[in-house]
Amino acid sequence: MTLELRGVTKVVGGQVQIHPTDLVLRKGTMNVLLGPTLAGKTTLMRLMAGLDQPTAGRVLWDEQDVTGVRVQDRGVAMVYQQFINYPSMTVWDNIASPLRLQGRPRAEIEERVTRAAALMRLEPYLRRKPLELSGGQQQRCALARALVKKAGLVLLDEPLANLDYKLREELRAEIPRIFEESGAIFVYATTEPEEALLLGGNTATLWEGRVTQFGPTPEVYRNPLDAVTARVFSDPPMNFLPVAKRLAQIQMGAGQGLPALGRLADLPEGVYQAGFRPNHLRLDRPPGEALEFQATVTAGEITGSETFLHLDHEGARWVGLLPGIRDLAPGTAVTVWVDPAHIYFFGEDGRLVASAPTPMAA
Amino acid sequence: MTQAVATPTRAARLATGSRARARSERSVVSIVVLTLYLLFLLVPIYWLVNMSLKTNAEILGGFSLWPRNPTLANYETILTDPSWYMGYVNSLIYVVLNTLISVTVALPAAYAFSRYSFLGDKHLFFWLLTNRMAPPAVFALPFFQLYSSVGLFDTHIAVALAHCLFNVPLAVWILEGFMRGVPREIDETAYIDGYSFPRFFIRIFMPLIASGIGVAAFFCFMFSWVELLLSRTLTSVNAKPIAATMTRTVSASGLDWGVLAAAGVLTIIPGALVIWFVRNYIAKGFALGRV
Repeated sequence: MTLELRGVTKVVGGQVQIHPTDLVLRKGTMNVLLGPTLAGKTTLMRLMAGLDQPTAGRVLWDEQDVTGVRVQDRGVAMVYQQFINYPSMTVWDNIASPLRLQGRPRAEIEERVTRAAALMRLEPYLRRKPLELSGGQQQRCALARALVKKAGLVLLDEPLANLDYKLREELRAEIPRIFEESGAIFVYATTEPEEALLLGGNTATLWEGRVTQFGPTPEVYRNPLDAVTARVFSDPPMNFLPVAKRLAQIQMGAGQGLPALGRLADLPEGVYQAGFRPNHLRLDRPPGEALEFQATVTAGEITGSETFLHLDHEGARWVGLLPGIRDLAPGTAVTVWVDPAHIYFFGEDGRLVASAPTPMAA
Repeated sequence: MTQAVATPTRAARLATGSRARARSERSVVSIVVLTLYLLFLLVPIYWLVNMSLKTNAEILGGFSLWPRNPTLANYETILTDPSWYMGYVNSLIYVVLNTLISVTVALPAAYAFSRYSFLGDKHLFFWLLTNRMAPPAVFALPFFQLYSSVGLFDTHIAVALAHCLFNVPLAVWILEGFMRGVPREIDETAYIDGYSFPRFFIRIFMPLIASGIGVAAFFCFMFSWVELLLSRTLTSVNAKPIAATMTRTVSASGLDWGVLAAAGVLTIIPGALVIWFVRNYIAKGFALGRV
């Protein structure tokens, strides 16, 4: 089983929602669509499901063109961000409904519904109506209905976004387990880089209707192809500063230089963008090599064990994610440090020219 | 020490007392206002019931707050005389027919308006409501001529169809409001699960908007029930509605006040009965389903 998108494009009212997209999703893979809201994750999923027809391009399922095929005949399952169940049916009937429509024998329905309910820990609630359940249970009911029909393609559109933290953690741990069991192609849309990393598999990063990169999740995280991907796959977003390479030196801001050795030696002279993740920003000088920047605090958010420090560095807005509580008043001038080993370099067009050699260290 | 403790207690008790007095004064005012309000609302209805239990002689004889010699003769006249009770039967037949037709036709139309966008959908939707605003008198003549020429004159279906003119738009508006409250994702989930459209609509969708269907049916019922002009114009004998019967009670012996009042009471009853079933949703219905 493979799902292939060939040059799939969606234009609505003269506005391009999905730029021509090529994607191949293979059997038994977990595929994460990662991007901010309005990046086109849901639109792309609807095209995969067949709920919407692409303006151009084709959708292939096992090399078969299914572009115009009705969604009823596609053999897909989908779970929405909102908890969508049939309110007038009991949980049991909800889960059983796709099987009944397929005309399965009664015994088989019984067996498969029982198994799906057990997998989603819904046994005590089978006689209840979905609206009498908690949000997490409602979403588990929707997941059970999506799984019970053993569809080849399971689309999960931010299924955990409307759940509270505790339930989200709980379900997030269950999804890979369910996925292992199903052997289907899973597509999982999320806005959170952390979720993509936890789920593993492959990740496609989306930005303004374009798939900017598609590959194994850690690979995309470690070596983003361009600045946009790096920004999408970093929460809070990556910090950038303009740099220039001149005479075997990378010049950063106010007269600070970094010898252009190793990965940077072959770069032609010119203007570049340096980027580093918020968790690599330090307030204390780290041991070894470190770059030093002057910045002004604009805001501080303390989450209990970590501090998000919003900084202004020569007009650029930076965010630092620091361990512990750093109570710094807005307006305070601070010196921050970054290990050059954590810095990515992007060309003027945004393409990655030199990756950070040690992104694994955090 | 005791004094010191007692004083604030007494003060507190006094304060509680004055507060309680203020509260009781307020409640007296609200009771009076409410009573007056109900009185004014109910006086006409009471008077109707009052009249229906009197004889003609007593009604015309003078002023009496309640019937001196209560009698059910008026009701008996109506329930035994076919020319009276057939009026109710006729009315019920075309009202029920109309309600069925209106809701059946409005359901798919409302679904289309709530789910799809098409060229001129908003204009069409508003245009529907303007039908509701046109006075029925405008349509009386064309309907009369049309139905006469196709042989539908004086049939129940003629009145039922004529009333669709204002009931279908109303039902579309009410149902559309209720349908809009159902997330589109439920439709899509059903299609993904394999439901065909008709099956989804009947099995999944209609239970979700059951209250909306009830409210729409209620409004169709009521408006068709109280409409007089079209129903009287389009009928003569076989399908004569009760409202028309009531306007034709002048006989050689003068107006039969008591029977007319009893007919009025009986006319209110069906409305009161159906309103009971939709009492919880009636406000949403008056807002055309948009609350």
